[in-house]
Amino acid sequence: MSKIHVTTTVNGDEAEFLCEPRETLLDCLRDKLHMTGAKEGCGTGDCGACSVTVDGRLVCSCLMLGVEAEGKEITTIEGMAEGDTLHPLQRKFIEHAALQCGVCTPGILVASKALLEKNPDPSEEELRYWLAGNLCRCTGYDKIIRAVMDAAAEMRGEAA
Amino acid sequence: MRYHSPASFEDAAGIAASATGTTRFLAGGTDVLVQLRSDLVEPDDLIDIKKIPGVKDITQRADGGWDLGVAVAGAEMTETPALMADWPGLVEGMDLIGSTQVQGRATLVGNLCNASPAGDGVPAMITAGVTLSVTGPDGTREVAVEDVPAGPGKTTLTKGEVVSGVHIPARGAHGGDAYLRFIPRTEMDIAVVGCAVNLRLDGDTVVEARVALGAVAPTARLVPDAAAAIIGTTLDDAALEALAAAASAACQPIDDKRGTIEFRTDVAGVLAKRAAKIAYGRAKGNAA
Repeated sequence: MSKIHVTTTVNGDEAEFLCEPRETLLDCLRDKLHMTGAKEGCGTGDCGACSVTVDGRLVCSCLMLGVEAEGKEITTIEGMAEGDTLHPLQRKFIEHAALQCGVCTPGILVASKALLEKNPDPSEEELRYWLAGNLCRCTGYDKIIRAVMDAAAEMRGEAA
Repeated sequence: MRYHSPASFEDAAGIAASATGTTRFLAGGTDVLVQLRSDLVEPDDLIDIKKIPGVKDITQRADGGWDLGVAVAGAEMTETPALMADWPGLVEGMDLIGSTQVQGRATLVGNLCNASPAGDGVPAMITAGVTLSVTGPDGTREVAVEDVPAGPGKTTLTKGEVVSGVHIPARGAHGGDAYLRFIPRTEMDIAVVGCAVNLRLDGDTVVEARVALGAVAPTARLVPDAAAAIIGTTLDDAALEALAAAASAACQPIDDKRGTIEFRTDVAGVLAKRAAKIAYGRAKGNAA
């Protein structure tokens, strides 16, 4: 089967790959661009571990084909830190011990960042609903919620 | 699997009409990709309609109604305050589908054409009187949403036909709609029962109404008897009881792990009453 050539932008850098039509964006990110931050948990859009943004919109990369990335702006967890400087969300996840095994963490960070760009001051309820599609089987969520709320406060310039 | 990205609905219909194997149209992909992955459906031809101009547009017409492109995602609807103000029930039905991530891709037309009896986007489309443009090899026709589902996973669209536009009527004065579903948790679940109500008032009296149920029959369905039970009333207790009875009477549900026949039938009546009260309050201009 003939492969399709896709040109896209990932974390601000132009990227290109060849893929078969049925390969997902997640497959392409991980296996062709070797960006393994986005994880495959369920592969059916239930767990959120593969969360990325496409043209600023939070999506599951397992529910999108690689060929659909043509001409799009993709951001992944690999684009979150500035060099060695962690994003406040990443730093607060460490401070609050908001991760254990870490498989869900990239997706939750990407999803949380997307929320804070839309709403810098979410209520806890808004945050919990926003993250309803990001499953974590380790933490019980509470530390995750505290880490995101703390990071949001810091990013707003409020003392935590 | 061959991937196509036509530049017009006529081309999309042409590809589908001449295809010899399994065909799927791709908009949000939140059902198609799940079926692909689980090897339920491996299309021979996958037709991505997102390169067609206008499919992401949300436009208010001169008559006050709305035209939605067929690839408009749920998140784009909830980010359109004027649409939500006109049709809160329609938008909240769509918004109940899946997670934030799914909302970034999933579409009303996909929810309709996936043809799950439990699709949350469908009942309020029916009660709003939404019509669709359907483009096929012989041209474009208009069809009412309630005429599309034919059974679980089946629609009345024929080979080569693709939905090419979504048309929501003008809200008009003194109208309101609402959609409620029952699920055993608060989020991220499939409706056990869904109910939408759309009505219009003259003073305190209901003068027009449409009621639709989801997840209680092989398709989402319009329930004219339930609407008749509240038309001409002020939604007093007797009217609400008659509404509930008519809604329950319209149920032909299945028994499964998510709900028994008896439970679904009863809850359909309960949700009809609650949704009617919300729609009535919205029609009166109360805050939703």
